[in-house]
Amino acid sequence: MNRYRTNEAFETGGLDWLTIFQYLFMVLFGWVAIYSAVYNPDNSSIFDLSQNYGRQMMFIAIGLVLGAAILIVDAKFYGAFAYGFYALAIFLCIAVIFIGAETKGAKSWFALGGFKFQPVELAKYATALTLAKYLSSYDVSFKDFKVKMISFGIILLPMALVLLQNDTGSALVFTAFFLVLYREGLPTWLLAGAFYLAFLFVVTLLVDEPLNVIYVLGGLAAVLLVVFRKNKQMLLAILAALVFSIVVIKSVDFFFNEVLQEHQRARINVLFGKGGDDYNVRQSKIAIGSGGIFGQGFLNGTQTRYDYVPEQATDFIYCTIGEEYGFFGSAGVVLMFVLLMIRIVIIAERQKNRFSRIYAYSVACILFVHFTVNIGMTIGLMPIIGIPLPFFSYGGSSLLGFTILLFTLLKLDANRVNEMQSLHD
Amino acid sequence: MGNKSRQYFYYALFALVGLAFLAQLFSIQVLDDRYKSLSKDNFLKKVIQFPPRGLIYDRYGNLMVYNDATYDLMVVPRQVKNLDTLEFCRLLKITVDDFNEKMEKCKENPYRSSVFEKQISARTYAGFQEHLFEFQGFFMEVRTDRRYKTSSAGHVLGSIGEVNTKIIENSNNYYRQGEYIGISGIERSYEELLRGTKGVKNVIVDVRNRTVGPYFEGAYDTQSVAGQSIYVTLDAALQAYGEALMNGKIGSVVAIEPATGEILALISTPDYDPNLLIGRERGKNFGKLMMDPLKPMFNRPLSAPYPPGSIFKAISSLIGQQEGVLTPETRYHCGGGYRVGSHTVKCSHGHPSPLDLRGALMHSCNPYFCYVFRSIVDQRKFSTFEESYTSWQKHLESFGIGVKLGIDLYGEAKGILKPADYFNRLYGKGSWKGSNIISMAIGQGELGVTPLQMANVMAIIANRGYYVTPHVLKYVDTIGKTGPKFEKHYTTVDSRFFPIVVEGMADVVRSGTARVAQIDSIEVCGKTGTSQNPHGKDHSIFFAFAPKDNPKIAIAVVVENSGFGSQWAAPIASLMIERYLFPEREQRRKYLEDRMLNTNLIDTVKQNEPLPH
Repeated sequence: MNRYRTNEAFETGGLDWLTIFQYLFMVLFGWVAIYSAVYNPDNSSIFDLSQNYGRQMMFIAIGLVLGAAILIVDAKFYGAFAYGFYALAIFLCIAVIFIGAETKGAKSWFALGGFKFQPVELAKYATALTLAKYLSSYDVSFKDFKVKMISFGIILLPMALVLLQNDTGSALVFTAFFLVLYREGLPTWLLAGAFYLAFLFVVTLLVDEPLNVIYVLGGLAAVLLVVFRKNKQMLLAILAALVFSIVVIKSVDFFFNEVLQEHQRARINVLFGKGGDDYNVRQSKIAIGSGGIFGQGFLNGTQTRYDYVPEQATDFIYCTIGEEYGFFGSAGVVLMFVLLMIRIVIIAERQKNRFSRIYAYSVACILFVHFTVNIGMTIGLMPIIGIPLPFFSYGGSSLLGFTILLFTLLKLDANRVNEMQSLHD
Repeated sequence: MGNKSRQYFYYALFALVGLAFLAQLFSIQVLDDRYKSLSKDNFLKKVIQFPPRGLIYDRYGNLMVYNDATYDLMVVPRQVKNLDTLEFCRLLKITVDDFNEKMEKCKENPYRSSVFEKQISARTYAGFQEHLFEFQGFFMEVRTDRRYKTSSAGHVLGSIGEVNTKIIENSNNYYRQGEYIGISGIERSYEELLRGTKGVKNVIVDVRNRTVGPYFEGAYDTQSVAGQSIYVTLDAALQAYGEALMNGKIGSVVAIEPATGEILALISTPDYDPNLLIGRERGKNFGKLMMDPLKPMFNRPLSAPYPPGSIFKAISSLIGQQEGVLTPETRYHCGGGYRVGSHTVKCSHGHPSPLDLRGALMHSCNPYFCYVFRSIVDQRKFSTFEESYTSWQKHLESFGIGVKLGIDLYGEAKGILKPADYFNRLYGKGSWKGSNIISMAIGQGELGVTPLQMANVMAIIANRGYYVTPHVLKYVDTIGKTGPKFEKHYTTVDSRFFPIVVEGMADVVRSGTARVAQIDSIEVCGKTGTSQNPHGKDHSIFFAFAPKDNPKIAIAVVVENSGFGSQWAAPIASLMIERYLFPEREQRRKYLEDRMLNTNLIDTVKQNEPLPH
């Protein structure tokens, strides 16, 4: 009885404080790391607004206000305005291609005076809401082919626009939504197929002669054909898979050698240890590796302090953590992310309506892609793709984007009991 | 929802990626310790603090070699911004093409500092320094370069030059690219004393190679220790005087203080001004000197073997006495020549006959010494001639002939003294004897003695039986005025056999062939030599020491292709001895001095002919 009530109180108490604490811990840790990364002895106050750490503090404060505001607004608002947000996001994503400021070859920023804004942050949020809203509509079943296609469309439209902005990293983040669809009934073979595709991609790029991959797969297929010689359907499937694989390998090879630009090819080559200028990866690994078990200590990271690591406050903030806090610090951050993502899936599963669940899965999967690509890149397991580490990297757009994403989830979660009631009404 | 169980796929996926990351972190942070040193390689720069090189003084403390500051213009190409190239080139006195070429080279290491222009002169530096602040990315580094107080003694003092890859490897990487090392002369022999100890300043640099600050407050820094100044045995004034006398002549002078083995003068002419081998012009001048047909870079006194000529008679006299085949009273007939088969060793000097040993030395009687030679090498007590010859050879080696003396300078040759095997091969074993090699009796034939060895033989006779390894280091500044100990070597000839030879040599100057070498108030002992030379005119040779008792200087002078020993070598030796013993004395043989100073014999020598070997 007592136990049930506590549980009830926890659930109806609404807010998932565990997640909020995790959020606070991560942004504050990120703030301290940024302080180390761009430490300027002349303006050594962490609150100094002329420095990135001072500004990050400001963003954190704005984030908290924004978070509180999101919690106050009625939960119905997010569903209701999903399509509106989506339309706005699409509009801004198109506009930015024409009137955006160009940074490092990408046209993905609006610059208004001193204020900068990246519409892709809004697009991620709006796509999550829209996908959730569409799939939770009354007469929509994901089993329908048409629904699947529309869902794909919802995801691919902003993704394509972001690609047009030449922001490959952010575009990659939208693949997170396909992962979300698996929970909603995307067939396993499709997901398995996607992973197989990714596997073929990697192998084709990894080996020196892609033709060899085809020979190996052909041999494998021959063996399978003998084994399954009595099952006609299986034989067809094997043959189809082989043809499919060959087409993929050939086109990846063609794409890599003929379509990709030199710098993109170089990046991929670096990832696969095939030479090229690996300065960034090398310096990033040196920073993290030199942290050892316990780290060099606060403000003592030489790679960071003397600017050997590129983009150290933003995309490479994880290097500062690795260097100054060692294995404990960097493994701690990995664990924190894994726990947060698992926590969000748990939250998702306890939702009583599809909208909240799909949205929650979207948040988990977006975080997952950022986490995987960003940390993977700094420790040399992924190519250099410039996307921020959620909650840690310096930058208003990114921090506020993730704050909104997370606090909307918290609001929906806090409201799940009411949802039940409204459903029962 | 039928897909609820699919949530576990997400847990698994997140956990899997997390685990992969943890594994990679564990691998690079815990297992692999390379990254710590890689990080150090990045930020830690060891700035070498070069100590000033030790100075070089002569035996009386006159400064000969010192240091001067020069400036290297350094550049970090990535820091160069808004450069006014024209102005820059004008101030540095280089062309724009030069600029582009140098800059291109430096850009190979865009973040590191490289030498843009080496050894800028003080004057260019002064003009440039004022504007240096306008040229971002450029800075000056002070280095020291050698300067010579004198234009003489180039071969002895030597020079320093940039290390090459081979030197760096051989030094276990003590030297780094661009550093200097003594490459000849004293600079080379005493490199380790002169160079001092390099210091290291550990500084932290950022990614643009800008110095951020000291590493651990300089706790790991080491101070540089200045090189030690050394005093050499040369008498700078005597050296310069000797060089002046040898002006216009090809040859060598070596003067030794007999009691100590200290080299007082070591002259090789034609020589070069050591000031040519410093600074930016070094490479160019070096090339020019190497191409010069008169070979000014060839260190004759140490490396050129000459037929010793008549000095050999003095040695034969000593060995003969020691072997018991010759006494001061032994007389031989001259007869104007010594006949061996169809060959005759002529005696060119008209003199009474038969002579005793002292007389034979004074008159340099060729046949007399042929008899002496035969009596030494054809002794019955040896069972074979080969054995007898070898015994003779050992005597000569104890006089420093045919062996390296071990002077503390590089490039010493051991001269020519053939072992018995050589003649075995030439004539067949057992079928040669004294008559085959009779030319050696008068210092010709298969013999080659360097001027250093000649002077050393004079020191032996002056010392009546021993020599101290000739050397140029007197003492090192920091270890007080006691120099290093050099070994004393006794010859195989007893000291009691020397006085008669000394008397004979005194006679040579007193009333013999070298009267021109007489000096007021002291007795000079000497021996002229006129060494036959297949390449041209005879070499004029003179050896001497003085005073007869308690000698202070032993000297050997060789003037190539110039004729009789008394003509050139003897006057030069005599003038030098007088200058050394009486530095304050007014020169009363002005006519002689002037003739030596002003005669140019080089034009009479065929310029391209090979040196005697």
